[in-house]
Amino acid sequence: MTDQITHIAKTIPIEHYIYLSAILFSIGVLGVLIRRNAIIIFMSIELMLNAATLLLTAFSTYRSDAAGQVFVFFIMVVAAAEVAVGLAIIVMIFRNIKSIDINLLNKLKW
Amino acid sequence: MAPYFFYFLAFLAIFSALMVVFSKNPVYSVLFLVMTFFAIAGQYILLNAQFLAVVHIIVYAGAIMVLFLFVVMLLNLNKELEPHKSSLLKLAGVIASGILMLTLIGTFRGATEQVVGAGLSDGLTYNNQVGLVKNLGKVLFSDFLLPFELSSILFLSAMVGAVMLGKRDKEPIEL
Repeated sequence: MTDQITHIAKTIPIEHYIYLSAILFSIGVLGVLIRRNAIIIFMSIELMLNAATLLLTAFSTYRSDAAGQVFVFFIMVVAAAEVAVGLAIIVMIFRNIKSIDINLLNKLKW
Repeated sequence: MAPYFFYFLAFLAIFSALMVVFSKNPVYSVLFLVMTFFAIAGQYILLNAQFLAVVHIIVYAGAIMVLFLFVVMLLNLNKELEPHKSSLLKLAGVIASGILMLTLIGTFRGATEQVVGAGLSDGLTYNNQVGLVKNLGKVLFSDFLLPFELSSILFLSAMVGAVMLGKRDKEPIEL
């Protein structure tokens, strides 16, 4: 019955998916930390979301449990809504202060 | 054959993710992000999660990236005028995210035996059709029917919010 197991699950250990997702997630964190352009920061957040969904899908396949892939589907739904609202906010900020440098938005900073 | 595809796609994803963060021009960042999304969709196909691969390409590469590209071009940001943070802050960012990466790897490696142990070892309870549209559709419309319907309300409110925010104000807010 071992031929039931997906080919990739037999040849690639799950640790490699963990390494890939952790690296992608930390690249996203790095982008949030070192860039000042609001749109680049937003894209880095998308990278982090994708790293999380990739690991969720890998675990779901290795465990052959459909719930993990349904969660990924809902994460995509939330991400789509989040991008629409977030980009509208960025456009509004640009319209008001003619820049999207986040260091200019420091009114809420102690 | 599949392992080579995995390592190629992993390398492609990491390389283009780094280029998203480090490229000066926001338009190049968006295009490299599209490349990352395609690499991740390839990983989904390798994992036999075909429904997710198709939805990922439609939602991310089709909808979200077009939105990003429109905003970058609408705001006319394709100039390299972003002032950079000091190199001390950049070094601190690299160290912080590197430590976070080590922590994540350590945490998840400790959890793998509980997560994947049962299904793979005997192969009897393993079902490789779990990521296909037929199976996921059954699960989505039986166990997860209420969240699925609630997500339509989320989309409606996001649409109303985006239109509200995008509307031009009478007088600009002073900042």
